[in-house]
Amino acid sequence: MTDRLLPAGFAELEPFAGTWCLATETERYARRMASSMEEMRTFYDAFFPRLEEAVAHCDTFPLDALPEDARRLLQLVYSLVMVSMSIEIFHQPKAVDAADAEIERVREPVP
Amino acid sequence: MARWPKPAEGSWTEHYPEIGTGLISFEDSVSPEFYELEREAIFRRAWLNVGRVEQLPRKGSYFTKEVRVARTSVVVVRDGGGGVRAFFNVCRHRGNKLVWDEFPGEETSGFCRQFTCKYHGWRYGLDGALNFVQQEGEFFDLDKEDFGLVPVHCEVWAGFIFVNLAREPEQSLHDFLGPMVTALDGYPFDKMTEWYVFRADNRSNWKIFADAFQEYYHVPALHPQQVPIEVRTPGSGFECAHFQLDGPHRVVSTGGARRWTLPPEYMYPIERATRSGLVGPWESPEIGEPPPGLNPGRIDPWGIDNFQIFPNLEILIYRGWYLLYRYWPTSHNTHHFEAMLCFQPATTVQERVEHEVAAVVFKEFALQDAGMLTGTQTALESGVLDRFPLNDQEVLVRHFHKVVADWVADYQKNHAEV
Ligand code: FES
Ligand SMILES: [Fe+2]
Repeated sequence: MTDRLLPAGFAELEPFAGTWCLATETERYARRMASSMEEMRTFYDAFFPRLEEAVAHCDTFPLDALPEDARRLLQLVYSLVMVSMSIEIFHQPKAVDAADAEIERVREPVP
Repeated sequence: MARWPKPAEGSWTEHYPEIGTGLISFEDSVSPEFYELEREAIFRRAWLNVGRVEQLPRKGSYFTKEVRVARTSVVVVRDGGGGVRAFFNVCRHRGNKLVWDEFPGEETSGFCRQFTCKYHGWRYGLDGALNFVQQEGEFFDLDKEDFGLVPVHCEVWAGFIFVNLAREPEQSLHDFLGPMVTALDGYPFDKMTEWYVFRADNRSNWKIFADAFQEYYHVPALHPQQVPIEVRTPGSGFECAHFQLDGPHRVVSTGGARRWTLPPEYMYPIERATRSGLVGPWESPEIGEPPPGLNPGRIDPWGIDNFQIFPNLEILIYRGWYLLYRYWPTSHNTHHFEAMLCFQPATTVQERVEHEVAAVVFKEFALQDAGMLTGTQTALESGVLDRFPLNDQEVLVRHFHKVVADWVADYQKNHAEV
C-alpha cells in the first residue's frame, strides 16, 4: 500500500494519521483546541492501549534516523500526550481556569 | 502529609526579622511611577541573565536581547578569542539599531564574521571595533578607534550569561550572586542542552507572575488536578520543606515522597505509561556528586530546589534536569515571560517522549498560573484594597517585594544626594 502513513503494525491508527501527525507542539495544541472532546476521546481510546508498543517500535531505530513512518508514529504519540491532558486531567479541551492565557512553544528538539 | 521543621523562631518569616510579618502593599505592581523607578533602580543596576553559553556555540555566534524595561537592546557575541562579549545594539554612525533581522523590535540570533549596519554599511568586528566606514574620506577627522560599539558589562557564571547595564556595576557578578547561589557552582547545567523553550506575553506586572512561582500555597486551590480526583483530599495544604534568603536572592525546596514512588492511582495513566509527568521523567542519567549549594536544607527525601535570582531569573533544579524562567517587564502592567525546560539530550525515543510529557504538563499548569494574572492585575489596579496578609509559606513573596522596595529606596537616596 503506497499511501500508508504509519508502520504496518499500526494500521488501525491510519484514520487518525491525517489529523494528528503534526510536527510541532504549536500545531498539536491548536488541533486540540479546535477538537471536540468526542473526537479526542475516539483517538485516545484507539491509541492509548498501544502507546508503549508504539514507543518500543520507534526505539528499534536510532533516534536521529527514524524512518518516515516511525517518525509519523512518534508525532502521533506526541498528539496522544497532548490529548491526554484534556481526556485524563481537565475533562475539557483547555486547562481549567487558564482563562485568556497563552504560552507559545518556540523551540523544541526534533524529532 | 509530612510536616517539616521550622526554624527556632517558630516560622521562616520570623527567622528573617528584617522582612517583618505585617500586611504588605502591591502598589509596586500597579503604579506607573514605581515602574519608572524600577527601570533605573533595578534593571540598570542589577546583573540580568540574558541567555546561556550554549546559544553561542562558536566564534561569531550572536544573539540579541531586547531589554525594554531599560529601553535598550543588547547584542551578545562569541568573539574571535572564544570569549563572550556584549554591546549596546546601536550603530555609532547615526544611531540605527545595528543587529536585527526582519523587524527591529524582534530578537534575532545567528552567526557572522562581522556586524554590518543596514543603514549606511558601517562594519564592526566581533570585538566591537569599527572596521569599515563607507566613503571614509568624506568624514572630518574621523578616527575609527574612537567609534567602536559601546560595550555592556558581561560576565558568565555556570554558563549563564549576565549583563549589567550600569556604567560601572556596583558589584562583580560573583559578589552579586552571593554564596547561596554560587554554591551551585559545578552543577552540570552544560550537560542539559536539549531545550524546550516557551514564551508568553502576560497582562500583569512582572512581579505578580514571579510571585506565583515562589510560593506553593496556591497549589491545592489553583492546581487541584495535579492530584488525580480519586485520591484528591479536599482541604489538604501544601507545605514546603525549606526556605532560605541570601541578599536579594531566595530559594525554596520541596520534599516528600516522589510522585512515582506513590501508589499508581496517584498518577495519571499517561504518566504511568510514559514514566514521566508532573515533576518530569522518573529517571534521568546520573550527574555525579551534587554541588553543596543543591538542596541547601539537606531535605530528605528532596524534591526540587527553586532558586529566585534577583531581579527576574528563576532556576528550578529537578533530578537531572532544570527549568528556567525569566520575567521581562514591558510596562507597569505587562511583561514578557520566558521559560526553558533543559534536559540531558535524549538518546532514545522513550527518553524523548519522557521530555515531551514533562514539557506538555509544564505548560498546562503554567497556563493556570497565567490565567490568574489578568484578574489579579485588574483587581489590584481597582485600588479597593491596599494592604494584604502573607503567610509563612509566602515568605519569599514578602522578601521579593521588600528587596524591590529596598533597591528603589537605595537608588532614590543616592540620587537625592547627587
Ligand atoms: S547608522 Fe549605521 S551606518 Fe549609518
Ligand atoms: Fe502554580
